[in-house]
Amino acid sequence: MSRGITGFGAYVPRWRLDRQAVKQSLSWLSQGKSKALGTRSYCNWDEDALTLGVEAARDCLSSVSAQPDAIWLASTSLPFADRSNAGLLAAALDVAPACQTLDSAGSLRAATSALISALSNSSCSLIVGSDARKARPASPQELSFGHAAAAVLVGNNQVVAEHLGSHSVAIDFVDHYRATHAEFDYALEERWVRDEGYQKIVPPAIAALLTRCAVSPSQITHLLMPTGPAIATRLAKDCGIAATAVVDPLHTEIGDTGTGHPLLMLCHTLETAAAGALILLIGFGQGVDALLFRVPTKKPSSRPHRGVSSHLTAGKTDTMYTRYLAHQGLLDVDFGMRAERDARTAQSAAYRRHRDLTAFVGGRCSQCKTLQFPYSRVCVNPDCRLTDTQTAERIADVTGAVKSFTEDWLAYSPNPPLAYGNVNIGDGGNVFMEFADVEPGVLSVGLPVRMVFRIKDVDRVRGFHRYFWKATPVGS
Amino acid sequence: MATGIRDKVAIIGMGCARFGERWDASPDDLMLEAFTEASADAGIDRDQIEAAWLGVFYQEQSTSKSGLPLSLALRLPNTPVTRVENLCATGTEALRGAVYAVASGAVDIALAMGMEKLKDTGFAGLPERTKGTFEDQWQPGFTPPGAFAQLASAYAARHSITRDDLKRAMAHVSWKSHENAADNPKAHLRNRITIEQILNAPIIAAPLGTFDCCGVSDGAACAIVTTPEIAANLARNQARRDIVTVKALALASSNGVEMGHASWDGSYTPTTRLAAARAYKEAGINDPRKALSLIEVHDCFSITELVLMEDLGLSDPGRAVNDILDGRYDRTGAIPCQVDGGLKCFGHPVGASGLRMAYEIYTQLLGRAGARQLKNPTLGLTHNLGGIPNRNVASITVLGLNSI
Repeated sequence: MSRGITGFGAYVPRWRLDRQAVKQSLSWLSQGKSKALGTRSYCNWDEDALTLGVEAARDCLSSVSAQPDAIWLASTSLPFADRSNAGLLAAALDVAPACQTLDSAGSLRAATSALISALSNSSCSLIVGSDARKARPASPQELSFGHAAAAVLVGNNQVVAEHLGSHSVAIDFVDHYRATHAEFDYALEERWVRDEGYQKIVPPAIAALLTRCAVSPSQITHLLMPTGPAIATRLAKDCGIAATAVVDPLHTEIGDTGTGHPLLMLCHTLETAAAGALILLIGFGQGVDALLFRVPTKKPSSRPHRGVSSHLTAGKTDTMYTRYLAHQGLLDVDFGMRAERDARTAQSAAYRRHRDLTAFVGGRCSQCKTLQFPYSRVCVNPDCRLTDTQTAERIADVTGAVKSFTEDWLAYSPNPPLAYGNVNIGDGGNVFMEFADVEPGVLSVGLPVRMVFRIKDVDRVRGFHRYFWKATPVGS
Repeated sequence: MATGIRDKVAIIGMGCARFGERWDASPDDLMLEAFTEASADAGIDRDQIEAAWLGVFYQEQSTSKSGLPLSLALRLPNTPVTRVENLCATGTEALRGAVYAVASGAVDIALAMGMEKLKDTGFAGLPERTKGTFEDQWQPGFTPPGAFAQLASAYAARHSITRDDLKRAMAHVSWKSHENAADNPKAHLRNRITIEQILNAPIIAAPLGTFDCCGVSDGAACAIVTTPEIAANLARNQARRDIVTVKALALASSNGVEMGHASWDGSYTPTTRLAAARAYKEAGINDPRKALSLIEVHDCFSITELVLMEDLGLSDPGRAVNDILDGRYDRTGAIPCQVDGGLKCFGHPVGASGLRMAYEIYTQLLGRAGARQLKNPTLGLTHNLGGIPNRNVASITVLGLNSI
């Protein structure tokens, strides 16, 4: 019985900040011509490492029938320091409560290390790597970072990438760090990191792994190195791996997305990898994780609904540097007095309806079959109105249709206009809800929409924010 | 067997404060201003009032809770005062309380006061408020214009009307109310504006622009009600030949269908249709298009007034745009609507609005409307839609002229 990857998926936020636009906005700061090319992904105001992770996990689970009994969320930018983020992710996925959840953090290796652990046990494990790291304005990281999440399912059936072996090394090499409560990374000189870090730490680990697996470097078809291509190419050469095996890290399109980036590259590779492909996955951060996978001869045809590829084409280039700054909380915009509204969460009320809110579960009347949100003891169908006839049913995966809408410039939104309206969820149901990722003019009556997990409100007074689901055009 | 409220109660005095940005006036001042006029009109002293109802919606912004603010402001002789609140139907709800009290025989003379002091909020538009501990966590962070703008997209889709055509009819709605308010000294917005100004205004909540939205105002309005017999005696003492009686007072409340069920397509207000049916039945109106001399409807936004013409049965389905553009609801049209300027221009102090509408009907029926007086009106209707299309209370009052 082989153990390995049985499912994979990804999520990249839609906004892609144009690096040239950033450089132009900051041209007063630096001399010389900018070589900044391409775009980097960034979270809309209502996205964070958790919402990215939820969407990647949904993408991963979209093509598999297995349900995870362990969910681990790896990130260095988790929204909560003391509240299980993986538990919240599991709740959003509406998995059975008998699920082992764990937050993995503290290093950009958090995802690959979690994956190695999952591969060494027997659970059906969902490993999610996600980051939405902030970068100090005008720093190199502002241009190089991106935001994204990827997820892989680990199990023993329908394996799409068989695990051949792993090797881990822990070395307290401080190429960058971020202290607890610090907002930004402090990064050290790139040349030192390259020479003393990557080039001295990674090759021995690869050699040890390949030797143990009895695989020669020249057999590697895919080297997944979450660094810039120059370092990856140099490492390939040093290790005896073909230069053609170096996989594009997608830095030009979306940036370095942090903890989840190795998994993101793995997902992207598995979308097209041929049978027999030998995939070497590297995680780097205070040491190194090296994992070797082989695509089986009979590769199951499971592909996520969206994957990395569709996210690459779904991006929307943004040249508004100030919008990026505002969405990252790096520009203190005056949103007017309406933004002063108290967004306190009544936690007892939230818990009472936690499945409604976090998992978007409504009710279906067992008598008239009407699907409804929120669940209520009395059926909303005016021709039914029976009591205690509803059973729980998830609405998160429903495709709805816009019934009415507006783009509201008066309402408070960190990304105005606030778009909302009535959504026909089918089977007699309607939900009055917000839309996500829509610009003015996009919405129309009848437009098909799908549901996405997003931040609903931010309570700045109490340092809390709550999540709910929003509708977004199916095509986006 | 219940027989309804028709002709069981008469209005013997009404008052209305000047609406507007009354920076100078406190809630007490506004209530006293309205009551002083009503008291003089009725020839009734405050000590003769046996029970009172106070309607205030946003108590956080002005008076705080309870009926006490009215009792305190007028120094009533420890009269029972009840505070009512039912969204934008609050003023009508206060009238309903007073009217039902008289009809029950419990009291002879009752007062209904509606008041709202909105301009202490500190910003334009209505104050932000919680929608409920659970509702806040899933419902959109909507504003009133955005919630009512939903009607426009759904109405246009249902009737295959272009946004431009709909916007033109909506502009006519607002233009007409500005024209009417120019002749109303108590109105908040008395300026005349052009259709082009309306169409070119900045968008507030698509497709609603600035001039598609009603004024947010301070104000108060009140009614003193009694039995028809007492009213007739008082009228005779004042050498009046007519009294105004309540023909109908109907409400309909949403039960969740608009919020949660697909049977509503979002293009109309089902509660208005139900309230209208109940009101017409109670008032004995078979054909409202012929019977009604004038109407005051809840034109919080131009699109609301537009769809209400159909919901009240005054325009055929899908024909409101044409009827409006044809001038059917202008002051010179078949069914004058918002002769006083409506919420749009008279202003919308929420708790007072239902009573302000009744005040205009009452004033018109008694022939006291001055420059905007209609010719021999006999029956008028007021309508409020409290809340938003997704979740609301519709209230309708029908007032008629009775000879004594």
